Amino acid sequence: MLEIVFFYIASTVALMATVMAMTRANAIHALIYLIVSLLAVAVIFFLIGAPFAAALEIVIYAGAIMVLFVFVIMMLNLGEKGDKQERQWLQPSIWAGPAILSTVLLIELVIVISQTSGPVSVTAVSAKQVGLSLFGPYVLAVEIASMLLLAGLVGSFHLGRRYLERDNLEKQGGQ
Amino acid sequence: MDGLNIPLNHILLVSSLLFSIGMLGLMIRRNIIFILMSLEVMLNAAALAFVAAGAHWGQPDGQVVFMLILTVAAAEVAVGLGLVLQVQKRFKTLDMDHANRMQG
Repeated sequence: MLEIVFFYIASTVALMATVMAMTRANAIHALIYLIVSLLAVAVIFFLIGAPFAAALEIVIYAGAIMVLFVFVIMMLNLGEKGDKQERQWLQPSIWAGPAILSTVLLIELVIVISQTSGPVSVTAVSAKQVGLSLFGPYVLAVEIASMLLLAGLVGSFHLGRRYLERDNLEKQGGQ
Repeated sequence: MDGLNIPLNHILLVSSLLFSIGMLGLMIRRNIIFILMSLEVMLNAAALAFVAAGAHWGQPDGQVVFMLILTVAAAEVAVGLGLVLQVQKRFKTLDMDHANRMQG
């Protein structure tokens, strides 16, 4: 019984935090709300019997990926000017059309989902089962994922290195 | 800890609501950082649907796909934020409408 109450509380927190994150003008404020939303989703994972997924959600999503965002926002140093521009872009005339369209899609999704039924399973899926599955039938997917991460590493290094080099060149040119 | 009897369609409802909010954010924002954040929200909603389906059948496959989605999200955000730095450097703004031409 308690699990069900916690599930609804966590879902409400996740939805409200996501709405707040999408409507903030300041990037750091939006990021903090997004972290709250991810933590609430981790609670949902834990309640539906996926403790390993909950731990990964906190460590990688709320930890590593959000820290990347924080570093980039700090490097860009937008300040008050950026906030003002964001508020100017967030007028009702801009968001009314997309809001209607995504509400239509949401209604379709809800109608389709309401035809499924049944509770989630009683037993939790342990990390051991996930590991056995990852390195059993899904081992090719793990290899491809490692290739994808390598490509992401090389790509972001390439983009970031050119950013730093051009900075240095401009400094030398100015002297 | 055990999902005693949370209805599956309620979890899927939360997932689709999160996905719609993320899509709305993607459409109304012009700042490239907020667009990347909306993409994260949408990927997270899809991952929630996978884990819920895996829990419904009591199989680990849902969590395996969750880990693959996590990998895609990490790689995407690393490259995306590198592009953010380049856009800021070249156009002195984060408005996506300024970066709509190749060889800008």
